[in-house]
Amino acid sequence: MSVKASSAKDVVLARVREALQVPAPPPHLKSHDLQEAAGISNARPAGAVGTFKPLSIAPLDVARPWLPEGGQTPEERMHILCDNLKRLKAEFHRACHLQAAAELIFSIARQRDWQRVAYHRHELVDPVASALHCATVCIGEPASFDKRALEQCDAGITACESLVAQTGSILVSSATCGGRSLSILPPVHIVIAHIDQIVATLEDALHDAKVRHAGRMPSMLSFITGPSRTGDIERILVLGAHGPKELIVVLVGESP
Amino acid sequence: MSVHDATTKAALPAEAKNQFLHDAAEHVRDIDHRSFVRKALGGYYVTRDSQKAKYRDWEHARDAAALAKWSAVNRLDELLPLFVTNFEAGGGIVHFARDAQEARTIIVDLVRASNAKAIIKSKCMTTEEIHLNDALEKEGYVVVESDLGEFIQQLRGEPPYHFVFPCMHVRRGEISDLFQKHLGTEPTQSPEELTMIARRYMRQLYVDADVGITGANFLVAETGQISITENEGNARLTAALPRVHIALSGIEKVVASLADLAVLLPMLATAGTGQPMTCYNTLYSGPQKNDEPDGPREMHLVLLDNARTAILADPEQRDSLHCIRCGACLNVCPIFKNVGGFTYGTTYQGPIGSVITPHLRGLSDWNHLSSASSLCGACTDACPVRIDIHHHLLHNRRNAVRASPKRLEHIGHQLFAFVAARPWLFAAGGKLFRWSLGFLKKIRPPLLRQWLETRDLPPAPPKSFRQLWKERS
Ligand code: SF4
Repeated sequence: MSVKASSAKDVVLARVREALQVPAPPPHLKSHDLQEAAGISNARPAGAVGTFKPLSIAPLDVARPWLPEGGQTPEERMHILCDNLKRLKAEFHRACHLQAAAELIFSIARQRDWQRVAYHRHELVDPVASALHCATVCIGEPASFDKRALEQCDAGITACESLVAQTGSILVSSATCGGRSLSILPPVHIVIAHIDQIVATLEDALHDAKVRHAGRMPSMLSFITGPSRTGDIERILVLGAHGPKELIVVLVGESP
Repeated sequence: MSVHDATTKAALPAEAKNQFLHDAAEHVRDIDHRSFVRKALGGYYVTRDSQKAKYRDWEHARDAAALAKWSAVNRLDELLPLFVTNFEAGGGIVHFARDAQEARTIIVDLVRASNAKAIIKSKCMTTEEIHLNDALEKEGYVVVESDLGEFIQQLRGEPPYHFVFPCMHVRRGEISDLFQKHLGTEPTQSPEELTMIARRYMRQLYVDADVGITGANFLVAETGQISITENEGNARLTAALPRVHIALSGIEKVVASLADLAVLLPMLATAGTGQPMTCYNTLYSGPQKNDEPDGPREMHLVLLDNARTAILADPEQRDSLHCIRCGACLNVCPIFKNVGGFTYGTTYQGPIGSVITPHLRGLSDWNHLSSASSLCGACTDACPVRIDIHHHLLHNRRNAVRASPKRLEHIGHQLFAFVAARPWLFAAGGKLFRWSLGFLKKIRPPLLRQWLETRDLPPAPPKSFRQLWKERS
């Protein structure tokens, strides 16, 4: 880093420290307990500087009971997830085993006359990709990555890290789901997942990702919530702005 | 891009107030435009309310969101360095910028060093704040805005009308004409087809671009990731295909942990557009890793101060840094709905823009925005992170008066205090005023004239309130 840049850093950090010498009152909250907790964090001995204490209650612990429901049991979670995906205009399928999923995608590809489909190596994706009638592009080795070839594909098939019932989101990562572009560049994104991958809330999905990648986060983690959309023209909803127009989710496994 | 109207206004700050009054008057007369904008917002109210109903209690969730931002902003001295350390561990490079000029220089230098030919950009209000596109274009680079709304505004040569819905004031017919003129496409009245035109046009640009520029919605200190929220997928593409990814963010976007995002992400979506979650919420921790198939080779993050530390130093208004730019306060603001986004002449429109712009650009020239409020408090009620927006407008008014006291107003107040403390004088004054009202209406003295221009003055009642009260008992 250049000398100039590091000095800008020092200047800005010094300004921040200086600015925070005077405490700011907590926001006016609805909950009295929270108001109290916030007050405790904010209190500091006279003359002390920069002694704002971290909150004794995590905001998430406060919010948890009030956020949209994610479901207590696997059945509930499955139900909420389906419902959310439907609202988001994602296509949703169940398959009792991987073979059935492969047949399903095969027939969709046939029906729509897909010429080329991209995928990545994964135990849930491989059988589906190898059953296809059309050409396939495997996204894997960095050296062989060809964005122009991927742009020509009709669909991309990926696995996912988890599915979030609460919001209908699908968490993908650059490490486990074929990198960054596979799930966003082709006009159709197909997700093959196992029903055990359904989690209740965003919190659970983030927590699991943190544990799974233990200290080495993938360079990208993305919550995909429905197919790409825009409302920029007269606030009218249009699907497929820049990302996939269609999101097809196939859940493999017997009913929970 | 050609000159931005609003930025020209900014260049002549002494005229900012007059410009505001003029534009507001013009806009208020444009009933078609106003009803068009209201109709667009009508859909927003419906979806927002139905999504809010999914929260078991929205008000408690707001408490949590407010606390998350409040504790992060008040611990910025600790969390910002922590974020920087963690982010750099992921292989990205951090650059600090004290002001807009420094940020522009850093980014232009980075673009130059990467030998870029084509630059693609996803929506980022902070780049609007520092007028990045102008700076890059001056250096001869072509910058394409990939967000549909921003792209339309770029072709129109206008800044965004609303910082979440950039072209909400534009009709589909105008967009069709615009595309016909610039892209040579066939005219169409279908929003769907118009969107597809932009999609097709942009595809190749993503693939060809060498540099992608994005913003950031949150900086997660715990893990050193930046979080980007978007609906279209353009930011995902911008951060996936080009060789170099440059992100620009204000320093106030830091949050403590990933768990905070589990609260803030859904609330941002619900307050902003009425969605359960925005379509893509993506966390980036650096450039492509060795074992990942694709992604940029370099990632740079420019952290901008630009008067944010000045707001931080004001404990009374520090909470205006909690803003997550959801736009909810604009959508409910009676002033925004009547004067429109351009009238503000600021990067950030609406109530929150009126609070922070005087800090960013000087209270003396931008204080008129504090008066552009009915103080109804709709903004404060709408804010997912509980910023006390309308009180801050009052604070700004107070500060402006303190900085340059208004003699005439002061004398007026003192006179009133004197009269009001003496009932006989008050009664006499009232009588005099009732008696002279018709007369005043005719001669229209300067102070009253402005008021009478758009309003009617009813005739004075024959008796005062105090008289009526006495007769009643
Ligand atoms: S001030 Fe509050 S309501 Fe307005 S944009 Fe910021 S977060 Fe949203």
